[in-house]
Amino acid sequence: MRLLRYVPVWQISLTKIRELVREPEALFWVFVFPILLALALGIAFRSSGPEEIAIGVQTGDAAAEIERALQRAEGVRSVVLDPDEARERLRTGRVALVVIPGDPPTYWYDPTRQESEASRRVVDDALQREAGRTDVFVAETQEMTEKGSRYIDFLIPGLLGMNIMGTGMWGIGFYIVTARQNKLLKRLVATPMRRSEFLLGQIFGRLFLLVFEVGILVLLANLIFDVPVRGSLVTLGFVSVLGAMTFAGMGLLVASRAKTVEGVSGLMNLVLMPMWILSGVFFSTSRFPEVMQPVVQALPLTALNDALREVMLDGASLFSILDEVALTAVWGVATFVVALLVFRWR
Amino acid sequence: MTDVIRCSNLVKRYDDVLAVDGISFEVRTGECFGLLGPNGAGKTTTVEIFEGLLERDSGDVAVLGETWERAGRRLRERIGITLQETKFIDKLTVLETLTLFRSFYREGHDPEEVLKWVELEEKAGARTGKLSGGQRQRLSVACSLVGRPDLLFLDEPTTGLDPVSRRQIWACVESFRAGGGSVLLTTHYMEEAHRLCDRVAIIDRGRVIALDTPTRLIASLGAEHVVEFQTERPPDIRPLESLPDVRSVRVDGETVSLTVAEVHRAVPALLLELKRQQLDLTNLVTHHATLEDVFVAMTGRRLEED
Repeated sequence: MRLLRYVPVWQISLTKIRELVREPEALFWVFVFPILLALALGIAFRSSGPEEIAIGVQTGDAAAEIERALQRAEGVRSVVLDPDEARERLRTGRVALVVIPGDPPTYWYDPTRQESEASRRVVDDALQREAGRTDVFVAETQEMTEKGSRYIDFLIPGLLGMNIMGTGMWGIGFYIVTARQNKLLKRLVATPMRRSEFLLGQIFGRLFLLVFEVGILVLLANLIFDVPVRGSLVTLGFVSVLGAMTFAGMGLLVASRAKTVEGVSGLMNLVLMPMWILSGVFFSTSRFPEVMQPVVQALPLTALNDALREVMLDGASLFSILDEVALTAVWGVATFVVALLVFRWR
Repeated sequence: MTDVIRCSNLVKRYDDVLAVDGISFEVRTGECFGLLGPNGAGKTTTVEIFEGLLERDSGDVAVLGETWERAGRRLRERIGITLQETKFIDKLTVLETLTLFRSFYREGHDPEEVLKWVELEEKAGARTGKLSGGQRQRLSVACSLVGRPDLLFLDEPTTGLDPVSRRQIWACVESFRAGGGSVLLTTHYMEEAHRLCDRVAIIDRGRVIALDTPTRLIASLGAEHVVEFQTERPPDIRPLESLPDVRSVRVDGETVSLTVAEVHRAVPALLLELKRQQLDLTNLVTHHATLEDVFVAMTGRRLEED
């Protein structure tokens, strides 16, 4: 330590680390918040087997028989409703389908809902069998519940990517604009400190933090939800560091000219928001239509998330995620260079 | 080399405001040179050009015999700067802050040692966010000294500080000079300029309107004392000018001020004259002439009016 005492990059990194460690709110957002988010989403979307389908039976002559037939079917919960109530429950999605008794009965449902088709098939099967249809054969079933395919497995690498992006951009961008606004940057520029030393110190301080940020989330996800890390920790570490540096570069760019904290906050959200939604944090990027894919796939967070998922869930080696790694790196280098060119030190 | 700063015809314009309008002077090695003037006179702009923090529009500037264009970083190693107001990193302690600044310089003093000079050694472990204004300003001075500068810039180092902090900062400046350092300071406190500075340039509206030692500037008034008084009605001024020992008369609102050579002769004469004009005094004060009076005499305005 004594040896490093008067090394500027070391001192600047140390300053950044001290500031964070001594700021409880910052610790919350960096460490606790992502874990709470993972817990909440992990519990909300836990795999609990197929859910029961709620079916309504509208009052009518054969309503009681139909309801009995449905009771016998597997995975169905049925209830007899008068027409007004049936309409109301169907509209609000509390029942997936309403059977209107008749000969033949009518199935009443909203075809745009995901569960509609499945419930139509289940109800139809039950009623056909009740009416005397016999199945030609009964197939055996084999269930697949391997870890790595659950929602929580999808979510954790996404949260990791989001966290790396968030702390990278805020940790660098917000910090620099605050320093510029309160003239600290001006005071530093009045010393012989090299500008590159300042920026490197920012990034090193940031990387130190990253070790804990990534480590804690991955460890807890593994302990609580049994989320696997199939690839090597070295590859995971490399991808995380690369991501952190890329978003540090973007943070630098966003902060390069902004004079006020309010100004940079707006800019920051403008950059962060689209990526939270588009880059496959909470749901797969394949949900977006084909025309949007070139944009979605070009985003740095998409590349980072894909790389993290492939390493954690598929055990990918660095070689097999070269595309994502290259794209992330290009973003990092490009934003860093532009930021340095346009950066305002005062 | 005998001058640490040399500038000639310095001009700096902000949009359509001429902040610095052709300033020229030299600061000699080992000297403490003061820029005295009201707020907005162009002092800070001038100093920041010397500090290499602002670009000038025209004119020549040499600092320690070099120009910023040629010797940027080399110059940074040799100067110390205290900005008008410095915000430190709140979560860092005093010693950590000073160590951070020390690390930027190739050579310098031990941070612990410098803390002693500014009498902050007891606060070494305190967060900078918890310091009082005076302590923060002393830390700021410490940060400017820790790189062992040859030339120290102090921009309004004691503005808004209590008398104790002010004297502590003055003591620091004096011991820095005792070690052979040169100082350029700006201030709008004439007492500070008088106490610390070998020579003072009085600046108003971007121009140097007077430059000399404090004593000679005051002597230029032709009298050493000022008598200020108020009466219930405005007095007839003409007869006051010919009272014994009165050098000049100025009216500033309800206050009349006389520059006088000898108070004990001027005041009885003044009282007699007021009696003749059948006026009652509502207030009368006398004080030694100061740089403030020089400024008032030259511009017709006060330094600290705002």
